[in-house]
Amino acid sequence: MKRWIDLRALWLILLTLLGGVDRIAVAQDLTWGGDAEGGAPYLLPDPHRPRQIIGFEVDLMEALARQLGRRQVFVQNQWDGLIPGLLRGNYDLAVNGLEITDDRRQRIAFSIPYYACGEQLSLRRSEKSIERLTDLHGRIVGTLKFSLAQRLLEDEGGIEIRAYENQNNAYDDLANGRLDAVLMDWPIALYYSRPNPALKFAGESIGTLEYGIGVRPGEKQFLQQVDDGLRELMRSGELRRIYERWGIWNAETERLFVRQLENPTRAPAEQFLPLPAGSLGWRERAARTLGYLPPMLMQGVPMTLLISILGMLVAMFLGLAIALLNLYASPPLAILARLYVEIFRGTPLLIQLYLIFYGLPNIGIRFSPLMAAVMGLGLNYAAYEAENYRSGILAIPRGQMEAALALGLTRYQALRYVVVPQALRLVIPPVTNDFIALFKDSSIVSVITMVELTKIYGQLAATYFDYIGAGLVAALLYLLMGLPFVRIARWAERRYRLPGAVTQLH
Amino acid sequence: MITAERLTKNYGKVRGLDQVSFSIPPAQVTVLIGPSGGGKSTLLRCLNGLELFDEGSLRIGEYEVTVGQGRSQGGLARLRREVGMVFQSFNLFPHLTVEANVELAPRIARGLTEAESTALAHDLLGKVGLSERRDHYPHQLSGGQQQRAAIARALAMAPQVMLYDEPTSALDSALTGELLQIMRRLAEDGMTQVVVTHDISFARELADEVLVLIEGRVVESGPPEEIFTAPRDQRTREFLRRYLS
Repeated sequence: MKRWIDLRALWLILLTLLGGVDRIAVAQDLTWGGDAEGGAPYLLPDPHRPRQIIGFEVDLMEALARQLGRRQVFVQNQWDGLIPGLLRGNYDLAVNGLEITDDRRQRIAFSIPYYACGEQLSLRRSEKSIERLTDLHGRIVGTLKFSLAQRLLEDEGGIEIRAYENQNNAYDDLANGRLDAVLMDWPIALYYSRPNPALKFAGESIGTLEYGIGVRPGEKQFLQQVDDGLRELMRSGELRRIYERWGIWNAETERLFVRQLENPTRAPAEQFLPLPAGSLGWRERAARTLGYLPPMLMQGVPMTLLISILGMLVAMFLGLAIALLNLYASPPLAILARLYVEIFRGTPLLIQLYLIFYGLPNIGIRFSPLMAAVMGLGLNYAAYEAENYRSGILAIPRGQMEAALALGLTRYQALRYVVVPQALRLVIPPVTNDFIALFKDSSIVSVITMVELTKIYGQLAATYFDYIGAGLVAALLYLLMGLPFVRIARWAERRYRLPGAVTQLH
Repeated sequence: MITAERLTKNYGKVRGLDQVSFSIPPAQVTVLIGPSGGGKSTLLRCLNGLELFDEGSLRIGEYEVTVGQGRSQGGLARLRREVGMVFQSFNLFPHLTVEANVELAPRIARGLTEAESTALAHDLLGKVGLSERRDHYPHQLSGGQQQRAAIARALAMAPQVMLYDEPTSALDSALTGELLQIMRRLAEDGMTQVVVTHDISFARELADEVLVLIEGRVVESGPPEEIFTAPRDQRTREFLRRYLS
């Protein structure tokens, strides 16, 4: 891999020395970015050979590369970062079900469409009350984030939208009742909804969207080559055969092909619209970053605060119970407490969240996204808090427990009134530390459809292609949210300092 | 008031207490002396269940302690309500004021109301001369004051027996005099008291009876003037000679 990069760098230097030669025209490899996590039928790891990527887009790029006399090389890139990746030069083309939209045209150039389809609404088989889009008002509907379907739902209005990273999760949640309907591109529905006996299609697909190949703006000549190549594949019937092999040949695409072949010239405006946001001056960018990004990002603050505070409350109470069981319970319970700490501390929070949100419904336990987020963070941090408390309790001299027992207090009373109150004061600093950490970890819950600060950041950054400005504002908001808690903790530390304790545990 | 019969406590193969028997009548002050490791502290801690003995039996007032029952926390808590203890390092609760230290146990373990326990604490702190200090925290008190606070705290449970572990180790002679007065007054009020000490002159002043514990056994017992001036047992003589020289 490293050698490959070196060779490529050498190649680039050589090309630069030759001067004036279009890199793309000479380079051998046709690199294209997509997200293999996106799934069938677009791009997916071969179930039999997981290191191999298959999909109708792989077949398409294979054929297109042959047309251009080059070798296709797939570059894995997260889907919502496909356009930034293209602009950064990570690959020559972006190909992964990118709908041609005006927004995206602001940023990149698109080839002629290579595929067309509608949005398909899926329902539970037992669903009687929904037939069309307008029946969705007041219902909870899932879709993929940043998709055209999401915008369609937003434009419809009055629908509670859950934006997913992954279609499987959306259809699972539809099947288990967390959602009332799912709207997604027809091929996705064909592959993930149709085979599920618990689900059904609601009528025909809605509207038409077209996928195009993303090209960096300004590479006119290269774009023309891609368009010519695609048209040739349409004319020869090869593209149709690919689609038929994947079972996704449809009337919309047929109409698209006819249109392209009968009227091969693009309207000049359509061909070259892009006004890349990157071409905005720094003043305009700064004005945008300071002007309307902060208020939009701020909408995520209450949810982040709510999740963090509830999560920390769960962690503090549960953690104390676990620490006490660990220290004072009889062996079976004490061992369970110990195991709890090791398991929750030793496994990734992300996986715990997935298990809670997507795994538990399989055995009939279903939480709302907020509940799952609070539980995930709370259960995870309880393990850390338990260890904090345990060290605090162990730091209290044994004579304190003995004195309390000698006064006729029971063991429980001695803990409750003498040992634990002292231990809690000792552990204020480490617990504060964990709270700040939890605050930042709350950003992870965006993976379970929670719309909080980080999720909004991701959406805004992808919409405005401004990862730096939005990122700085979001980071600043986290920082500002954390500060008051640090102040409160400092105050509590002073207020509840163990009188006479010479040093505090840190 | 206290009757011990053949109390035995093993630490692995080592005998901490070896068939210790004695009887203490009410209102008597009993002093335990002997070399370090002789079993004084172990015996004292057996008397309120902080240590559990392995053989023998113990009776405190109406309360019978058997070997097996030592495992029951409820039974131990009831025993401890009859027996107050003043620790060598006092072990006051540092997060509570002096008054709260005294109030805590009566309110929780005796079920007194807040008003009752506060009145009780005022009364007891007055008796040990700490009325002015009741809102202070333990670390703000001198060693002698801390000890008196610890005594008041133990008395708040209205025990029939008071135990003291090395009460004079942190006191100068003036403070030792004050302690002596407090303990004598308690004895006059009928309190049964057991004291572990190294301080022979303090023992001589205070004791009604002295028990000499050597290698886990009571080798001799009797009134202080007898023990300290004319010990009968060779081992007691040895101990006193070495200790006083």
